[in-house]
Amino acid sequence: MNLAHTAEEIAFRDDVHAFIAKNLPPEIAAKVHGGKRLGRDDYMTWHKILARQGWVAPGWPKEFGGPGWNTVQQQIFDDECAAAGAPRILPFGVKMVAPVIMRFGNAAQKQHFLPRILSGEDWWCQGYSEPGAGSDLASLKTKAERAGDHYVVNGQKTWNTLGQFADWIFVLVRTASAGRPQEGISFLLVDMKTPGITVRPIRMLDGEHEINEVWFENVKVPVANLVGEENKGWTCAKFLLGHERTGIAGVGACKRELKHLKEIARREPAGGGDSLMKDVRFRDRIAQVEIELMALEVTNLRVLSAEAEGGKRAPGPEASILKVRGTEIQQSLSELMMQAVGVYGIPYVPEALDAEWGGVPVGAEYAAPLSGHYFNMRKTSIYGGSNEIQKNIVAQLSLGL
Amino acid sequence: MDFSLTPEQGMLQDSLRKFLANEYGFDSRRKRAESADGFSRDTWAQLAELGLLGIAISEDDGGLGGDAFDSMLVMESLGRALVVEPYLSTVVLGGATIAAAGNADQKAKWLPAIVGGETLVAFAHGEPRSRYALSHVECTAKADGAGWKLDGQKAVVRDAATADVLLVSARTAGSTSDEKGISLFLVDAKAKGVAIRGYATQDGGRAGEVTLTGVQVDKDALLGNAGEAYPVIERAVDRGIAGLCAEALGIIDALNEATLEYLKTRQQFGQPIGRFQALQHRMVDMTIRAVEARSMAIVAAAGANDSDPMERRRKVSAAKAHIGQCARYVGQQAVQLHGGIGVTDELIVSHWFKRLAMINATFGDAEHHLGVFSDLLLKEDA
Repeated sequence: MNLAHTAEEIAFRDDVHAFIAKNLPPEIAAKVHGGKRLGRDDYMTWHKILARQGWVAPGWPKEFGGPGWNTVQQQIFDDECAAAGAPRILPFGVKMVAPVIMRFGNAAQKQHFLPRILSGEDWWCQGYSEPGAGSDLASLKTKAERAGDHYVVNGQKTWNTLGQFADWIFVLVRTASAGRPQEGISFLLVDMKTPGITVRPIRMLDGEHEINEVWFENVKVPVANLVGEENKGWTCAKFLLGHERTGIAGVGACKRELKHLKEIARREPAGGGDSLMKDVRFRDRIAQVEIELMALEVTNLRVLSAEAEGGKRAPGPEASILKVRGTEIQQSLSELMMQAVGVYGIPYVPEALDAEWGGVPVGAEYAAPLSGHYFNMRKTSIYGGSNEIQKNIVAQLSLGL
Repeated sequence: MDFSLTPEQGMLQDSLRKFLANEYGFDSRRKRAESADGFSRDTWAQLAELGLLGIAISEDDGGLGGDAFDSMLVMESLGRALVVEPYLSTVVLGGATIAAAGNADQKAKWLPAIVGGETLVAFAHGEPRSRYALSHVECTAKADGAGWKLDGQKAVVRDAATADVLLVSARTAGSTSDEKGISLFLVDAKAKGVAIRGYATQDGGRAGEVTLTGVQVDKDALLGNAGEAYPVIERAVDRGIAGLCAEALGIIDALNEATLEYLKTRQQFGQPIGRFQALQHRMVDMTIRAVEARSMAIVAAAGANDSDPMERRRKVSAAKAHIGQCARYVGQQAVQLHGGIGVTDELIVSHWFKRLAMINATFGDAEHHLGVFSDLLLKEDA
């Protein structure tokens, strides 16, 4: 057993580090570090920089344009990106729909869509959840009826992330109603410009517009955009949900947040002259979450290096454990940052989230995004299958209960 | 990075587990704990034959030259079986410390006897008023002719009453909580002026209060340099902590396996209680703690050997704190999920639970080490 990175891993990390230092635009990194709002251009700029380097899809096989990294290398890359303040590569194209197309798509679909995902030409969003079908996804109702060479889609999707920017959406639809709820579901690729699609913003508790409802009203989708077989979309759906494990624990982002938390605690007054860092009660809470993060990091590495060794890629209970603990730690960190600024967590000044805003902040410059971030982070234990669902998965698959 | 076991480690683990499965059932363990010594000297001899007593000692000194991860595997297995033989005291705290700090004569005198199973050691450092502060030493050693004269009291010294030699810390200079001025001595347990009041411990082990009254030792009893023993003690304790973390891990896994089995078999309301989601989620939470405890036992093993003192302190304290919390949760929940049977003496579950609680109270509990880690944050560069 050896906790240390190998010489190859260190050399790899140095390469990645040097590339990011040279190529990540500082104004984008400043937005990420400062908790400012990111726009479509911020995401796309970084996506395209990585695409030119061949690094935008670390988990893809080489034949489709992946860099051929193992899981440990992918994690090192994730960590370095997060530490540098790179925007995350949005998962909807690269990590969600692409693997489904690779596995279940036909030659034409692979040829058309995969290069466009890599290059960033198409921005993808997801159409899975519905108002009545969250964690119980199989109960979805959005309907697609076959009419010659196309389907007519009607229904409503929700919890759609950043779909206001998207060119394409992948949708689970019901193409048959007989049998078990998992049967009769199909997986469709839909051009967002198709008439009949309406995107309505859902304003979230932090006041931001990150999430949408997407309505389908007699939307015509060519049958050529069906992935896999009609009525067999549940296989695609499950494959998609369990696909990518690297990055699921969010270790890199947590480390960046922990660093930010410590900086804030060093700068905030404890209320008597000393810094908040010298307040033993508050410092102990930072220590607690840092120790939990150490345990998560090593656990994450253990899972990934076992995978790198065994070539195991199937979804499993380890991913659920990483998701549960990762999201709990993200939530703790966001809560501590909000608490660190005390009363300056109270003002709501959304303009301050714009990097271009020239106004005077209320309180310290770093304070404005913190409460919103805390509110926003509540989603992490709900999305991607709520943490309770993850525990059901571990209970069934790992413990046989 | 490599988390896999070497073939040698796999063999070591297999042979030890097989040995314990054959020789160390719960009833047999109870008999050992209730015997006069509190453990079996026959078993100790068998452990010596298996080579386990030399794991932490270099080949030059007559040991097997294993690394921290070998020790981790041994302690994990010993924990699972609730072994009461004085492995931690004699091998991890005793032998490894003499190997690290002793001169050639001392190593030649003590190490072969430890590796061979003939000599038992107790680590007599803690005192009634020191709690977990390693530098708090009231016990004194005064230069006396060609040697030293020791006076003072040592508290809750594990395996004291059966030890042949005590590793005693005493102040040769400085004031009570100075790190400088502490020295370590090898003291014959039968020496004139040594009084040991032995007793049983909550977890079925043995310990004792050691009183030293004008104990005369020769100058070759001094281990390392006079007044410079603090870092030696700290490293010994860190090795001990890594061992305890591994021992706790073995117990945590064992408790989870037993509890899972119980959830699947125990019927209530016409079905196995493991069908109830409230209990499933509890069991998952226990499983997550076990997974993380293994990660942190690895951190402790790596940390105890870290050459950077600050990194060593961070890793070891983080591991002790985190495993203490995991152990508390798993232990308490395992008892709870077993219901009434879980709070009886007849079931091994309650004994695993008690050992975990006592591990937490040894060399600093979770709160203590959280505090140590927390205070290190003040030393980080802004």
